[in-house]
Amino acid sequence: MADHQKYQYALKNDTLCLELTGTWTFAAGIPEISALINRIEADNPRHLVLTCHQLHDWDSGLMTFLIELIDHCHQRQSTLDRDALPDGVKRLLDLAYAVPERKGARRSILGQPVLAVIGNLTIEMHRNWNDLLKFIGNVFYALLNLIRGRARLRLSDLFYQIEAAGPSALAIITLISVLVGMILAFVGAVQLRLFGAEIFIANLVGLGMAREMGAMMTAIIMAGRTGAAYAAQLGTMQVNEEIDALTTMGISPVEFLVLPRLLALCITLPLLCIYANFMGILGGAIVSASLFDVSFYQYYQQIQSFVPLRHFAIGLTKAGIFGVLVATAGCFRGLQCGRSASAVGFAATSAVVTSLVLIIVADAVITVICQIMGV
Amino acid sequence: MNRPHLQINNLTMAYGETIIQQKLTFSVRRGSIFVIMGGSGCGKSTLLRHLIGLMEPATGDILINGVNLWQADAHQRQAIISRSGILYQSGALLSSMTLGENIALPLEEFTRLNRQQIDRVVSYKLALVGLGGFADYYPSEISGGMRKRAGLARAMALDPDILFIDEPSAGLDPISSRLLDNLILELRDSLGTTIVMVSHELASIFCVADDSIFLDADEKTIIAAGSPDKLLKESEDERVRNFLTRTL
Repeated sequence: MADHQKYQYALKNDTLCLELTGTWTFAAGIPEISALINRIEADNPRHLVLTCHQLHDWDSGLMTFLIELIDHCHQRQSTLDRDALPDGVKRLLDLAYAVPERKGARRSILGQPVLAVIGNLTIEMHRNWNDLLKFIGNVFYALLNLIRGRARLRLSDLFYQIEAAGPSALAIITLISVLVGMILAFVGAVQLRLFGAEIFIANLVGLGMAREMGAMMTAIIMAGRTGAAYAAQLGTMQVNEEIDALTTMGISPVEFLVLPRLLALCITLPLLCIYANFMGILGGAIVSASLFDVSFYQYYQQIQSFVPLRHFAIGLTKAGIFGVLVATAGCFRGLQCGRSASAVGFAATSAVVTSLVLIIVADAVITVICQIMGV
Repeated sequence: MNRPHLQINNLTMAYGETIIQQKLTFSVRRGSIFVIMGGSGCGKSTLLRHLIGLMEPATGDILINGVNLWQADAHQRQAIISRSGILYQSGALLSSMTLGENIALPLEEFTRLNRQQIDRVVSYKLALVGLGGFADYYPSEISGGMRKRAGLARAMALDPDILFIDEPSAGLDPISSRLLDNLILELRDSLGTTIVMVSHELASIFCVADDSIFLDADEKTIIAAGSPDKLLKESEDERVRNFLTRTL
């Protein structure tokens, strides 16, 4: 229906009579108010009377039109008589204007200037860093309490966390480690074959898995699997006010929730790392035996002679440290979580990202230290 | 039109083998406020979940505007449900969206309104529930009562002719609760919306209800029906009287 058929515009002296007719629903189409406003501006009436003798059906479309019109009349300080409107419409208008808009509630939709963004980010990073230091302090204090036998740590929780982090992860660790071992063997063997030195595949895979890849891959898997789960669990507990409940009961959330998770990962990550090393070496053996004429026995002998135990020890030390980092990042982000579903998602994501960054940085630092110490 | 807006025939609700309520038969008049009452754990919220199509009845029929919800195909059922407004206990606003975006969501998905029209409807609906100017706030930044009112604004976004409300008073102070009740009454009076609500807040029940049913956890069915005032005066069932008079 054309706009002019939706309302009749009658101007007498300085009074404008606006007769609304027909169906005023979104489905039937609502006229654009701008045309009417332009006409009102041109005619400049002082009073506006709304009538609706032939108004059929209406919905929120009519209401939005009327609100725009009323606001406009208010702005140009002309009076508006809406007595003839249907009762329902009048009541809804009263309701819509019953609570005045709270001053200052509306937010500017303009973006912040670049300097403000940088400033806010810096403040946020500073706050994050402070929170992290505080969290680490709390964890040390909880560990101290544990050593003194005063921590509120339940062994059943610890065993549950060990089970959830360890045995349940074996399948994915097996798959990834065997494949990493095979890839290392294959990539190395192609080069070594040029010198007829395929037997050194064993050294390459053994050393690579024991010193670096075993611990690193296990830690990365655990960051994605367990670290994210810790952040999501603690984050959801934060949303449900369970953390607050623990605090007010006088139970430290760090002792009750963080310690079992931290200890569980400290224990399971090195164990999983040993398993990953074994699986990776096995993967290398499969490739060298099936594609490069190095028998299982030769491979085994080579590893036994040329990959001393200290490499495995370095790998295990790394795994222990990675365990602490993954658990710390997961629990820290979980406890830091806001009180909404999206905050939980953000906590899980940032737990994984933080874990990965920490793992790589820690690995680099340990490698440099080992280099200096000559091990 | 004399046909009831919502008609329930011989409905049985069950979780697996466990029967929650059975032989429920009642109807809701168009433009009335209908309250489902009963003690905690009697299956009020489960009944509401059935009425809004989230759970399939073990047996029995649910008819909205004469259309059998579970004999209709999935597409038709979704169309009926999305034309109803639903206010969940905690508001159930999507936390990653602002209040404005929450209310705009059904308008964007189910109407052909342009951006400007949607924005106008959003500010009108927010003004209706007394939250004018709060469109850019996230649900986590406002109070529980405001979240509930914003939830009501979203439920009303598509101008539904039937509104389902789960525990409107839960977690609200008496004043906020009363304001919400007034809002519900106003929606019925001005728009003729049919409202079905689950509640065990006596003050709210007596304030708004035109009609009600009383569910019992032990008998697993309706033990009383009628307006709450009438039930208070006339019901001979001790459980109903105790409930309505807060007597132990």
